[in-house]
Amino acid sequence: MPKTVQEKEHVVIRFAGDSGDGMQLTGDRFTNATAVLGNDLATLPDFPAEIRAPAGTVHGVSAFQIQFASEDVTTPGDHPNVLVAMNPAALKAELDSVEKGGTIIVNEDAFIQRNLEKAGYTSDPLADGTLEAYQVYKVPMTAITLRATEHLGITKRDAERSKNMFALGLVSWMYGRPTDVTLNWLESKFGGKKQILEANVAAFKAGYNFGETTELFATTYKVKPAPARPGTYRNVAGAQALAYGLVAASHQAGVPLFYASYPITPASELLHELSRLKNFGVRTLQAEDEIAAANVALGASFAGLLGVTGTSGPGMDLKAETMGLAVALELPMVIVDVQRAGPSTGLPTKTEQGDLLLSMFGRHGESPMPIVAPYSPANCFDAAIEACRIAVKYRTPVILLSDTFLSNSSEPWLIPDVGSLPAIDPNFAAGPNAGDEFMPYLRDEHLARPWAVPGTPGLRHRIGGLEKEDGTGDISYEAANHERMTHLRAAKVEKIADDIPPLPVDDPDGDAELLILGWGSSSGTIRAAARRVRRQGKKVATAHLFHLNPLPRNAGDVVTAYPKVLIPEMNMGQLALLIRGRFLVDARSFTKVQGQPIFADELEAEILKVIG
Amino acid sequence: MTDRGDGHVGGDGLVPEGVVATMTKKDFTSDQEVRWCPGCGDYAILAAVQGFMPELGIEPDKTVFVSGIGCSGRFTYYMDTYGVHGIHGRAPALATGIATARPDLSTWVVTGDGDALSIGGNHLIHALRRNVNIKILMFNNQIYGLTKGQYSPTSEEGKVTKSTPFGSVDHPFNPIALALGTEASFVARTLDNDRQHLTQVLRQAAAHKGASFVEIYQNCNVFNDGAFDLLREKPQGIHNQIRLEHGKPILFDEDNRCIAVGDNGRLIIANVDDVEPDTIVVHDVHGRPSLAFALAHISHGPTEPTCIGVFREVERPVYGEAMEAQIQMATERLGPGDLVKLLNSGDTWTVS
Repeated sequence: MPKTVQEKEHVVIRFAGDSGDGMQLTGDRFTNATAVLGNDLATLPDFPAEIRAPAGTVHGVSAFQIQFASEDVTTPGDHPNVLVAMNPAALKAELDSVEKGGTIIVNEDAFIQRNLEKAGYTSDPLADGTLEAYQVYKVPMTAITLRATEHLGITKRDAERSKNMFALGLVSWMYGRPTDVTLNWLESKFGGKKQILEANVAAFKAGYNFGETTELFATTYKVKPAPARPGTYRNVAGAQALAYGLVAASHQAGVPLFYASYPITPASELLHELSRLKNFGVRTLQAEDEIAAANVALGASFAGLLGVTGTSGPGMDLKAETMGLAVALELPMVIVDVQRAGPSTGLPTKTEQGDLLLSMFGRHGESPMPIVAPYSPANCFDAAIEACRIAVKYRTPVILLSDTFLSNSSEPWLIPDVGSLPAIDPNFAAGPNAGDEFMPYLRDEHLARPWAVPGTPGLRHRIGGLEKEDGTGDISYEAANHERMTHLRAAKVEKIADDIPPLPVDDPDGDAELLILGWGSSSGTIRAAARRVRRQGKKVATAHLFHLNPLPRNAGDVVTAYPKVLIPEMNMGQLALLIRGRFLVDARSFTKVQGQPIFADELEAEILKVIG
Repeated sequence: MTDRGDGHVGGDGLVPEGVVATMTKKDFTSDQEVRWCPGCGDYAILAAVQGFMPELGIEPDKTVFVSGIGCSGRFTYYMDTYGVHGIHGRAPALATGIATARPDLSTWVVTGDGDALSIGGNHLIHALRRNVNIKILMFNNQIYGLTKGQYSPTSEEGKVTKSTPFGSVDHPFNPIALALGTEASFVARTLDNDRQHLTQVLRQAAAHKGASFVEIYQNCNVFNDGAFDLLREKPQGIHNQIRLEHGKPILFDEDNRCIAVGDNGRLIIANVDDVEPDTIVVHDVHGRPSLAFALAHISHGPTEPTCIGVFREVERPVYGEAMEAQIQMATERLGPGDLVKLLNSGDTWTVS
């Protein structure tokens, strides 16, 4: 039957199913096909901490959300227009977030008594009116998948596992996604396992054809490519971009990367990515614990490599003493913190921005450290290079504050020209710096000390955590020297502000009443919310901090230039505390600590409340 | 192994064969004033290390000393080599980073019984397990010295200290048995005041490829004076030192006593005249760890006949070299990393 084609500017789809249903993979594949089509997009994977929570329960629901559009996309979307629910638990867990009147596609075969009970339904939501406000499509996904694959002679279990590809095929058809991207990927993924490959291809095609041929679906949707700057693009997730950025920094510095880490969600992705890149000279070491990982990285830096360690909140606590040592040793080192919800084990797979104050102050004594925070998945690439650049140039440990949301989400990335990446000069010490003598704590104009690598003739020296005499680096307990060294370490970090760009402000009319100041992954939400209120004629300015320590030189001028300042954060107001303390401005905090990004409509409502 | 283009290949820091070493103890002595308590056993160890390094032709520019916290931690400052004085217990981890990043260096760890076995126990066992090319010298004085006299993880049960006025109820570690349990590839014990034995054991540790663990019984004359007197002082020492030598029957006490195989395969200390000669154990450092393990347990501590010398020495793949080899293999298989290609990998599209 002929189908009508309806054009849409933006669509939010949420794929939800059991942890074992392959929803992350489904979302990921849909994302790639969408990216290749040229839509702008943002994604939000959302999965439980349990690897395989009891099947069919609400706890075990794993979801993947994508927003794609023919215009600039800043967030994965607040409320899905389309929910694909593979079982009753997925419907139960996700229904509240779906927009009223939205589309719900369910795997009808999973709505059997046992599954309904496991999900906590006392009656069948497909029949009892629960879904009256939505447009519901009941598709027997399991049955059709089994039929489509029965000629392949595979087990029923294997056949059933392909049903996520059926769902992907169906949604791909609905939104006119290219099929070759998915089919090529299946070929490269399962090429060696012919039966599995054929089953997945058959299921995918069955889903696609089901949409095409049945009368159930009358409409397909078209989302035109979004306008974008010319160039070559790819889709990239934050963890991947961060790994590539570290490799790029190592390339720019001509110094091999040494990444030491202990497995921890959600930072392990970085270890996985980097350990595949050995042909770039990348050394990876899975340490015995978080403390060891930090020390191994610091040892590698002392030995002349680019030492990096990565972790999440609990690991940051454990690495604190080693970071203090790195501050004292004044060696290049990068500590990546992929923030997750705390305290303690907290919500290991959920996002939060709770480690800003920890990064600023979470070491004993005066131990200042530069902090860089990426604001989008692709920006993780730039943040990694910037963190390494600062670490190498200023001989200091640097904290890179990513988060779960950034790490797991993806967006289209205009692939940078390698020739345009910043230069990083390791500037290794080659000879004496004080007559015939070598003084390991003699500083250059940036207050950075020499990086003298073992094996360099004539530069033998000993450094350690004990306070050092200014210049010579010998142990010193002298009172005035300690104060001088404390000030020098602080001044060195502070001086980095001369070497970073000013904070850009987006204030279209130049007379906004409210500044919305953010950092990290809330960038997209802030842009989206600002866009919405501006459409309502409100005047708001936005600014987003990439460098959190030191702050850009103009940060004080920016925050004092507006009558009102609003700081949205996924914590209890940590940047707000810093800004208020530092600049004596009455900044308001808007906080959310639900393990989820702030939604644009939540922030929009808050902005309207603040500016009336 | 890394060839650094100067004819020096290697990880032991040793001068290549045929090259005459011209250095002296002075080349390894830093300008820092040594500040251990007068009479401390650490002085003797420092002198021995500074002394034997030039004999072996170890180059100070290619040598790194790493230490943790405690009296032993200061060792690093007194050696005129490269050095890092890290945080408590983490020296083996710092050294793992150094030795793995730079297999061409000779990397040494100086630590104590509290540093290595208490706060840093985890790093010690994992460095030994991985067989990182580091030489670990653990000064065991059975006490916390720098914090002024609390019991340590090697203090004997019942030990009265400031933190155990009624006696310690902790059971001590047997450091040699612990190291053997990690399958360490070189495990030895020596004494701070026996310069000849100390130097000989350290030489063997230096020449070993991989992780070397050397426990050095070291007298703390302020907080635990005399802890090892029965073993290291004349005239008792001669009766209690069981000197292990590879390939030789284990005899001691002026060859009057021996270690022999007793009932049920158990090792026993016996008078030579009381046992059949073929039951006397012949030391084998290369064999199964069970012999070394049994020898480690022959005494409960230095107050009775105790083995010193090399317990075990075996060849195992060296951690840093294995990592280098993987990088070489990956580079041969995939070609040298191409950043442009990496960034452009996966599905791409072009907007014109």
